[in-house]
Amino acid sequence: MSVPQAPSTLSQKFGAGLTWSSSVVVLFFLLAPILAIIPLSFSSGNFLTYPLPGFSLRWYEELLTSEKWLPALRNSMIVGISATILATILGTLAAMGLNRARFPFKPLVMALLLSPMIVPVVITAIGVYFFFAPLGLANSFAGLIIAHTVLGAPFVVITVSATLAHFDIGMARAAASLGAAPLTGFFRVVLPLIMPGVASGALFAFATSFDEVVVALMIAGPEQRTLPREMFSGIRESINPTITAVATVLILTSVVLLVCLEFLRRRNERLTKGA
Amino acid sequence: MTIEGGVLAPPAGAALGDGTSLKVRLRRADRMRKVAAFGLVAPLLLFVIVSFALPIAGMLWRSVEDTELPTAMPRTLSALADWDGRDLPSDAVYRAAAADLAEAKINGTASAAARRLNYDVNGFRTLIMGAARKAPAADTADMREAFLSLDPRWGERQTWAAIKRARGPLTDFYLLAAVDLQHDATGTIVRSPEERAIYLDVLGRTFRISLTVTLLCLLMAFPVAYLMATRPAKTANLVMILVLLPFWTSLLVRTAAWVVVLQNEGLVNHLLIWLGIIDAPIRLIYNSIGVHVAMTHVLLPFMILPLYSTMKAIKPHYMRAAVSLGAPPPVAFLRVYLPQCLPGIAAGCLLVFILAIGYYITPALVGGAGDQMLSYFIAFYTTDSVNWGMASALGAVLLATTFVLYGVYSRLVGGGAIKMG
Repeated sequence: MSVPQAPSTLSQKFGAGLTWSSSVVVLFFLLAPILAIIPLSFSSGNFLTYPLPGFSLRWYEELLTSEKWLPALRNSMIVGISATILATILGTLAAMGLNRARFPFKPLVMALLLSPMIVPVVITAIGVYFFFAPLGLANSFAGLIIAHTVLGAPFVVITVSATLAHFDIGMARAAASLGAAPLTGFFRVVLPLIMPGVASGALFAFATSFDEVVVALMIAGPEQRTLPREMFSGIRESINPTITAVATVLILTSVVLLVCLEFLRRRNERLTKGA
Repeated sequence: MTIEGGVLAPPAGAALGDGTSLKVRLRRADRMRKVAAFGLVAPLLLFVIVSFALPIAGMLWRSVEDTELPTAMPRTLSALADWDGRDLPSDAVYRAAAADLAEAKINGTASAAARRLNYDVNGFRTLIMGAARKAPAADTADMREAFLSLDPRWGERQTWAAIKRARGPLTDFYLLAAVDLQHDATGTIVRSPEERAIYLDVLGRTFRISLTVTLLCLLMAFPVAYLMATRPAKTANLVMILVLLPFWTSLLVRTAAWVVVLQNEGLVNHLLIWLGIIDAPIRLIYNSIGVHVAMTHVLLPFMILPLYSTMKAIKPHYMRAAVSLGAPPPVAFLRVYLPQCLPGIAAGCLLVFILAIGYYITPALVGGAGDQMLSYFIAFYTTDSVNWGMASALGAVLLATTFVLYGVYSRLVGGGAIKMG
């Protein structure tokens, strides 16, 4: 961590001022549009314009009573939670294996496991679409869950690997030497210690699925329309204030996710420092 | 992993109680460990292969496979096999075509073949479907004449050349078309005609938009990353949270936000009118302005994070040394600080560029018809106009570009994966 010096010369003062002012402009650019959408969701008018004609909760009422948004939320939760569970289990196991020993073609295996992060989603989406359509998996929850698991698992592999890199393997050995069966050792000793990594991987996987729209556009039928899928058509066809209400709920969700993640990061830091 | 020659290895042949040497037993234990490790990786590996690698391999295969004509017109193709392309094909070819088309009409394979040929030559759909509907009877005396009376194009060599080109089982047609090339009647590769040559334009636009967005991101990310790297931890943490909040906000929420802010009645237009800069609202969305603004907003955190981690590692002593040796601060910044940022700048730029060229959702929602990028056309050919060969070929181009750029990226960053949060 660098220690800032008091700006001494004029040009240093100028530099500091420039950094501050341009940073403020950039941060404003990042945050203002997101913040601007929130008040609109409480508008009593039909149009997405300022100044607001009055305060009302009608768009939230619309949200809670519509036949579109609640099923979409339900679908998103079904897909998101299932994909997260699958991705977390598979990703954690894989990270432990990758961390444990070298085996032939390990770099290649690693690259393959992480490649869903790099390949443009549209390519994954059409590949899956061509592949699933003949198997009857297009227009099904199974297809969507499988695709989202693939997209989310790399995050779990990365976060768990990062935690395992600081994990003291002696702990697992101690458990084994004290007579714990491998599974007992895993659940009672290893898992609790790597839990922050597992949990933040799971959060990433859930966020990925919960915000994924390209695959959903291709392979979700009318019965599986997810929240992002509904938002996509909402924005494209006629953007109305209900969308701002959905957006506000989603912004709140991301704040919660961010707080959870920050909590996990601090916990992980404490644990690894203690080790 | 091998311990041969290591201090642990006992003299060769040193036998233990049960007759196996320690070396053998150690090697066995090592192998078991490898097998166990691989066993843990295997479930995810299998899952990724089956539901990711194979589908993508399937997509790549679709970009070169050509099955419509072999399915619908097998006899015609085998009759055309030794046609030299100089004169019109023999009467036998016309007879085979008559039989094939009549059958294809009944089987329902004619329309797929007609569509496939129409990709190559405009107007082929009506030609094939017309002939399939009124295929001359098998006992027609002059088959060629009968075809010509259906449509004079049956008397052109190009027609038969196009049919022969689509003989399969493999074709370079889609891949060539993806870069605005095609075979002419003689088989030489030439530029596609004007009305079809749109993909290089799309590719160029994709690169141009991505490059502009990358530079905008760099310009905007630099001061924020620098601020975070040079201020006390408390300030840096606060700024980090302000950066991560949009990063974690749904892409669709951010896109919707820009639609609201940039629309004709939106805040930006109101502000500009209030400031007296413009008199009437200007169009800021559903055009390239909207695409650039929204994409820069979405991708900015991906530039800030790698820049920040590079800058954080730069020791302030170098700058102080440069200044104390008499360099004016701006010179010290340019000559000492900036060069040390270059790895972060390169990594951030490549990352943003790689992500940008694959973008679909944002341009689709805030761009106009002329601002759509490669991904849009891939999705369009997959779902709207069902031309899976073309979708796959464009996908192959995008995938190859991404891999090349990622190869450069991982060399630079050292094979590490993209780091998030």
